[in-house]
Amino acid sequence: MTDTRWRITVDHDVCIGSAVCAGTLPSRFKIVNDKSVPVESDIEPDDDVLGAAESCPMEAILVVDAGTGAVLAPEV
Amino acid sequence: MTATERPVPNYPFGPPEGLNLNPTYARLRTEPLVKVEMPFGGEAWLATRYEDVKLVLADQRFSRAEAVGKDVPRVMPPIELETSILSMDPPEHSRLRKLVAKAFTARHIERLRPRTQAIVDELLDRMIAAGPPADLAESLAWPLPMTVICELLGVPVEDRGRFRTWTDQILSLSGTEIDQTEQARANLDGYLAELIAQRRVAPTEDLLGQLVLARDEDDRLSEEELVAFGVTLLVAGHETTANQTGNFVYLLLNQPELWQQLVADPDLVPAAVEELTRFVPLGASAAFSRIATEDLEIGGQLVRKGESVVVQIASANRDDAIFDRPDEINLTREQNPHVGFGHGVHHCLGAPLARLELQLAVGTLVRRLPGLRLAVPADDVAWRVDRLVRGVRALPVAW
Repeated sequence: MTDTRWRITVDHDVCIGSAVCAGTLPSRFKIVNDKSVPVESDIEPDDDVLGAAESCPMEAILVVDAGTGAVLAPEV
Repeated sequence: MTATERPVPNYPFGPPEGLNLNPTYARLRTEPLVKVEMPFGGEAWLATRYEDVKLVLADQRFSRAEAVGKDVPRVMPPIELETSILSMDPPEHSRLRKLVAKAFTARHIERLRPRTQAIVDELLDRMIAAGPPADLAESLAWPLPMTVICELLGVPVEDRGRFRTWTDQILSLSGTEIDQTEQARANLDGYLAELIAQRRVAPTEDLLGQLVLARDEDDRLSEEELVAFGVTLLVAGHETTANQTGNFVYLLLNQPELWQQLVADPDLVPAAVEELTRFVPLGASAAFSRIATEDLEIGGQLVRKGESVVVQIASANRDDAIFDRPDEINLTREQNPHVGFGHGVHHCLGAPLARLELQLAVGTLVRRLPGLRLAVPADDVAWRVDRLVRGVRALPVAW
């Protein structure tokens, strides 16, 4: 077990509401007023969230290590 | 008459006529889903309203994978057999999409802008040198996306004559040509398998080379998936944009006030591309079936587990609950959340690339040939028939 937490944010200036994330991981993302919103922004580590972030056509989803602030996705 | 007594209409409601959307959809949008008799495989629910279409596209309880290998309601004659990314559900779909998603993000596609602009300019140099009239479809609309996707994937552009014929045959809706469709698919699969084999001898850094590495080094997709993915990227990478380019220019020249608006203010080009993506009913009809994996209600209509639903994107894009004066082309439309590139996990992977190509094609024409006009009466422009997507057979222009 680890105490590591991840933080998800979606940049609404960039998000186009394609719903690739919400369609892929409805437990983690939902579409509200044509923009993606994380169901919970503070989560336990979940590699599927990294996959969803990497699949965003706009790279609007940012996943960071809540403790260190290190960017986990998207890859540069 | 009650709903249960109403006869189930045959779908589609008539042959596509140019870029006109069949008026039946506007009538159907006053109701929730309606049952239609599809050309093959029986009855399906048809979604025509914006919210219903988006729900079906984004909700995992509507499965594409469940439609594979079955005689489901559909518009294409053959039963879908191959497992392409278009017919997968998460998590398999996510696994494949992730392999190429990075290459198609808006940020990465932006890096292709200078090269894409150069291709547009070379094609127009040639067209202008030959002098008017010219067929814009053959001069620009087809070779542009074909060249770009070939370079991105690593497919020799000299081979385009071969795979364009096969692509044409695969996307045919004509019921008499199933053998030809299957042969064309086999040819295209064989062609991609050849390119993959070459990369195993001499690795390349193009997208196909990257997929080969993902297969051979990391086992992230099967050999069959690798070939199918290559075919899908090649076909989807040019057919839609090629047709859309011709459609857009046709509409702009058919309403010269729109063309003049862009000539006067080229900064409107990106918004024009969005508006035309909304307006053009690119798909000749609703196409890919989705199967309900459980009973669920949508827009007040119960859909039972196992039933098929098809969505009409073009109808959603004309829903007056969302779009003000939806049947008009308004290049300065402020709210334009169209679903022209789809919605949900199958949202067009190539959307950023399509946007780039369409913006550069239209933008460069507006700048270099402001006097562009149709060289024939609009009614004489011939349209491709029996196709999944609409497009001109040729677009004669002068300047």
